[in-house]
Amino acid sequence: MISPIQIQKIAFFLIRLMAATVVLILLTLLIFLIYKGIGVISWEFLTAMPKAGMTAGGILPAIVGTLILTLLGISIAMPVGLGAAIYLAEFAKNDWKYKFILLMTNNLAGIPSIVFGLFGMALFVQGLGMGDSILAGACTLALVVLPVIIRTSEEALKAVPKELKLASIGLGATRMQTLFKVLLPVAAPRVLTGLILSMGRISGETAPILFTVAAYFLPRLPTSIFDQVMALPYHLYVISTSGTNIDESRPMAYGTALVLMALVCILNIIAFMARRYFTRKSPQK
Amino acid sequence: MGIDRKQVTAFIGPSGCGKSTFLRLFNRMNDLIENVKIEGELLLDGQNIYDPKADVISLRRRVGMVFQKPNPFPKTIFENVAYGLRITGQNNRKKLAESVEHSLQLAALWDEVKDKLHESAYALSGGQQQRLCIARALAVQPSVLLMDEPTSALDPVSTFKVEELIYSLKSNYTIVIVTHNMQQAARVSEKTAFFYMGSLIEYDDTRKIFTNPKLEQTQNYVTGRFG
Repeated sequence: MISPIQIQKIAFFLIRLMAATVVLILLTLLIFLIYKGIGVISWEFLTAMPKAGMTAGGILPAIVGTLILTLLGISIAMPVGLGAAIYLAEFAKNDWKYKFILLMTNNLAGIPSIVFGLFGMALFVQGLGMGDSILAGACTLALVVLPVIIRTSEEALKAVPKELKLASIGLGATRMQTLFKVLLPVAAPRVLTGLILSMGRISGETAPILFTVAAYFLPRLPTSIFDQVMALPYHLYVISTSGTNIDESRPMAYGTALVLMALVCILNIIAFMARRYFTRKSPQK
Repeated sequence: MGIDRKQVTAFIGPSGCGKSTFLRLFNRMNDLIENVKIEGELLLDGQNIYDPKADVISLRRRVGMVFQKPNPFPKTIFENVAYGLRITGQNNRKKLAESVEHSLQLAALWDEVKDKLHESAYALSGGQQQRLCIARALAVQPSVLLMDEPTSALDPVSTFKVEELIYSLKSNYTIVIVTHNMQQAARVSEKTAFFYMGSLIEYDDTRKIFTNPKLEQTQNYVTGRFG
């Protein structure tokens, strides 16, 4: 007969093993990418235009394109998402309308990226006449992260201790004053974390930009939001599968993947540190 | 049921009897609850505060509230006390500073915090935080102060300080205090109301309630037969 303590020891060991496996997978991925891609990384790679059919030169347009799409995408998604979250957390009664919006938001979160891409093409590129453009791409990407922003912001607002709201109302503040002077400042760290993580998500999305903005070989930087643009994930895809010189460009592909990974990792780390900074600054009781 | 001006009225009764809910009627805090139905009138200086045309915002400035668990905002001590004035649009630094100092003195907290006004309110002890909340409520110059079990989360020393504070305040403010602690009600109030299971059972001078109540139920509660 095995004692409960022994069973627990075995269980803990297995759990630790799983955790180690996760770390191992991540490390393997990182080390593999670094090994394959580091050879290509250079100042030129990061700051120059692509040359010679993607076998030489750099990926600056793709980096710039990804950054622009990310910033614009989040700028569009944030006010809409935050506004919806404020409505859901503060003004909606717990009735069928509220549950319906919640359901729709969750459904939106589950839609495959490629479907967003197709929808974006139909609505933004063709329907609203934006053409293949940064604007269309950013709008489509905004749709992708909108449910995440709504959910994290709503939860952030709901996590504000109720007694703070009561104190504010008790002093004669209106609901709007309470929202802007007490609730939002307290919820801000979590909202910010959600935003930063969404930025990481946007920068890596390929399907939504497939038919809405991405160009493969554009050896110049964009000049307006109606331009097409290169982007890291799309670039990685094409260069690895259907470029003009697949084998010779392969090192560039790994380099691109490394840059993209680094971007996402940096954003995640910033989110993590921002969260820690704010948690220390205003302890929640 | 009439509440006397510039005196302390205590609401007592066992847990769940409705005394806190009743208290919250006085500044219409129950309005915040979904699916609440309120009937009847509540007159403040002769005017019904539940009149549909009544201004709830200014009501809440005239009738301040201190809660059971100290709930200062995650802001500086100064900003906590200044909050009530800022929301009325007052942003003049000098006027705010004067009001903050005056309120903190009324709350017997000024000496303890005058050198750290711009530190976080969370750095204060529980008792200090509660006095800060009292100062915050007083800063908007209410005429009535509602206190919902203000010392139940505090240690005895802090409780004593807050009770002393109530003594010093009652000459200028009408105070209604809900308390679980019968001894506190006897110490602090002129009139006491006994609630049970959602109803008002007896309302009389504090001394009468505790020594010679009219109803047996009241007698049983104050002598500790149940609670």
